[in-house]
Amino acid sequence: MTAMTILVSRDGDAGILHISGDITSGSEGDLMKAYTQASDAGATAIVLDFSGLEYMNSGGIGLLVTLLVRAQRAGQRLMAIGLTEHYRQILSLTRLDEAIEIHDDEAAAMAAVTA
Amino acid sequence: MTNIAPDDPGTRSEANWAKPVDRLSAAGVSGAKDDAVSGKRVSGPLQGFGQLWQKTFKAPLTGVDLTPEAVVAIWKDAFPTFWPTGQKFYAPLSGITPGEVALLEIAPVPGAPVKLSTGVMVLYADDESFTFMTPEGHTLSAWITFSAYREGDVTVVQAQALERPSDPFDELAYMLGGNRMNNRFWQQTLQNLARHVGVAEPVVETQIVCIDKNRQWRHVNNLRNSATVRSAWRTMTSPLRKLTGKG
Repeated sequence: MTAMTILVSRDGDAGILHISGDITSGSEGDLMKAYTQASDAGATAIVLDFSGLEYMNSGGIGLLVTLLVRAQRAGQRLMAIGLTEHYRQILSLTRLDEAIEIHDDEAAAMAAVTA
Repeated sequence: MTNIAPDDPGTRSEANWAKPVDRLSAAGVSGAKDDAVSGKRVSGPLQGFGQLWQKTFKAPLTGVDLTPEAVVAIWKDAFPTFWPTGQKFYAPLSGITPGEVALLEIAPVPGAPVKLSTGVMVLYADDESFTFMTPEGHTLSAWITFSAYREGDVTVVQAQALERPSDPFDELAYMLGGNRMNNRFWQQTLQNLARHVGVAEPVVETQIVCIDKNRQWRHVNNLRNSATVRSAWRTMTSPLRKLTGKG
């Protein structure tokens, strides 16, 4: 298992979480802390950058639901970038793609934020 | 919210996940009286109507010398036998493997004349856990993960659900007692599993958190897929179908 690390950055109105390693249910504390940090300055969108993701199990997918609820409650859009084809399929299978906006990369996500 | 279980995946293969599917098929199941699942789509916590709950039930297998992998293998192999009396789980012939569908017959209340016909899809499975996702029409739009892990020297078994009642009727039933019944269901399941592997007096710890108090009115139309309504209709019309040779 590869420990998850998250770097938080800011691009305009969006807070970006650059995620590396594995996401499992044990990642909850770090993920929510990073979300809070990304939201601190009034971000209207949260972008999850999965380009460093190595593995995500069903516990990790469950965390995305929790994160989505928090973002919706705060009036934020939740976006995902850098997903491999496999994890795009998982988000489609679980129907998370009906609420999480999926873009190829940061530029595409930022274009959607400012559109 | 506290999420307790460490769920280090036993393997890291894409094979742990179900393949993308548009409509479910219960062709790999035999024995069930009714197939209310084939042709339906899966429906997770985002597609439900009612409040969103996370429920965690866990039981330490104190005094039992079994690894998490061994316990999960036992759980997968004999999953239906751990369910409370009167509830039926028709496992897929190929077992609990990703993408397979199982059918269920559940009594909404003990001794009820109407059995609810529904099912689940195996969304994910590895050596230490497996996850079910419900189809459209199920009373709950949910994922539930069954897992085992080590806590010190003890193996702990856990069931963790992320669930919303699917439609307004389901939400009302949930508020009027369905929620508590659902809790008892999984508490009894863990107790049965723990007894099966040798725990004399199993103790189940329960943690319930409401993650989203809002109801999703945009999903009020889930009523049209209601397995409760379908099962009640089938029960009422059963004599007529027998007379006409269609049931």
